[in-house]
Amino acid sequence: MLYSEQKHFDEVIAYLEKDKSVFIVGCDGCAQSSGSGGPQQVAEMQQKLTEAGKNVTGTKSVDFLCSKALVKSGLRGKVDQIKAADAVLVLTCGIGIQAVAASLNKPVYPGCNTVNLGGSRGEWEGSERCFECGQCLLWHTGGVCPLTACTKSLVSGACGGAKNGKCEVSPDRDCGWELIYTRLKERGNLERLADMMHPLDHRKLRLRPEMIDTPRFAVENFPKPPAPPENPAEEVKAK
Amino acid sequence: MSLRSKLESGQFAVSCEFGPVKGTDIHELNENIEILKGKVDAANVTDQQSSVMRMSGLATAALAVQGGLEPIFQMTCRDRNRIALQSDLLGAWVLGIKNVLALTGDMASKGDHPQAKDVFDLDSVTLLATINTLNSGKDLSGNELKGAPDFFSGAVVKVENDTEASFELQIAKMQKKIAAGARFFQTQACYQPKSFEKLMKRADKFGVPVMVGVIPLKNAGSARYMNANVAGIHVPPELIDIMAKAAKEDREKVGIEMAANLIKNMKGMCQGVHIMAVAWEKKVPEIMALAGL
Repeated sequence: MLYSEQKHFDEVIAYLEKDKSVFIVGCDGCAQSSGSGGPQQVAEMQQKLTEAGKNVTGTKSVDFLCSKALVKSGLRGKVDQIKAADAVLVLTCGIGIQAVAASLNKPVYPGCNTVNLGGSRGEWEGSERCFECGQCLLWHTGGVCPLTACTKSLVSGACGGAKNGKCEVSPDRDCGWELIYTRLKERGNLERLADMMHPLDHRKLRLRPEMIDTPRFAVENFPKPPAPPENPAEEVKAK
Repeated sequence: MSLRSKLESGQFAVSCEFGPVKGTDIHELNENIEILKGKVDAANVTDQQSSVMRMSGLATAALAVQGGLEPIFQMTCRDRNRIALQSDLLGAWVLGIKNVLALTGDMASKGDHPQAKDVFDLDSVTLLATINTLNSGKDLSGNELKGAPDFFSGAVVKVENDTEASFELQIAKMQKKIAAGARFFQTQACYQPKSFEKLMKRADKFGVPVMVGVIPLKNAGSARYMNANVAGIHVPPELIDIMAKAAKEDREKVGIEMAANLIKNMKGMCQGVHIMAVAWEKKVPEIMALAGL
């Protein structure tokens, strides 16, 4: 199972500042088992966003967002509601969020942080890769992960080494940041390139003690962490 | 006059570059310091350039300070985490190092210790922000410092870009670096004034001094090598041709004249020049004289 946790709502609402209307997508695969993106969490998110003054144009739960084919077929009946939204909020792991972002012509934002993939690349494996960073950055990068798409995992932008769009370190790969640029441009979201990124919090990348004490990939057995995850939005403000 | 006061008062500044030795024999290093001091405004001290292990840049920059040559201490994020970077910065200030150039750095796999672990805890932008934070009297975790540095921090920008995305990403990153505290820029070596003009059309508006990078060519082979292997360098075929046609005994002169001409052609568009005469540091004063600097 791919284990994810919902982002702190303050972080979600801060990122959605300029978007008046939102469509919510949940995942009835691992995110439901993780308690981060099943039907119950989608309904709760809808209520919280509505209370915060957002117009939720619709919601949809899909079985396994990690597959672009399932994303497309699952969302087919919701095209009008998606079109009516300024942004799409996805409650699932990093792979699913990237698969949705690649499938929709809309800014797609992560509602969850991915803690551990249990050694998997998705239940329905596609081309998207997640870094299990526990601090999903896909808001800033058009739904293309800079940690996996860029060979150097640079979060602040391109290194400048690319040649004709190919990575200087692995010339068989596309430059991840050029992919991010192209995606942001297509979605009319280029202003995100100016977002100042904070250095990664490496505590969130380490295996938690409770994971070490569990057979590593039996992530569904993780005891829930006692306290809610700290709110990065607050941390940013404090600095 | 320091690099900082020169750039801040709008005067044209000249920097060059020299690399720490691989080993402990600093005889030639001291010679280079002697030749360059009083000629250039400041000299970059590279940080394990191309991921090849050498003596520490911090020690080399301190030697430059002792020898009367103002260093620009290059710092990459490949080998140190945020604790070590901040610690070295505080030490650098105490040793009289006032300029820092923040770089992300090449990956270790490109150098002579390819098995090494890449750190990249910070990157060029977050390192600039870190320097700014130290300048304000705090560390990255918000703890008060007992005595704070006042670094003049710089960053790099690449001139040659082969795709629209690459160019726009350079401009976006340049703006980010300024927002994070960059007070001057040095460019990767530029052989095509037209490309530099294109960059400066956008960069001029940012109001941060830019020093254009120049590498004198030694021969046609080294130009071809850079085209194939060094990110962001493009030597146009006509310049390679000139080097190829020059007689062996004239090559040095031709390369130096070419560099001086490039400087003459581009100095009107920017606030300084950065001459990277790799293993040819002794020629810098000659290039400057020919370029009328």
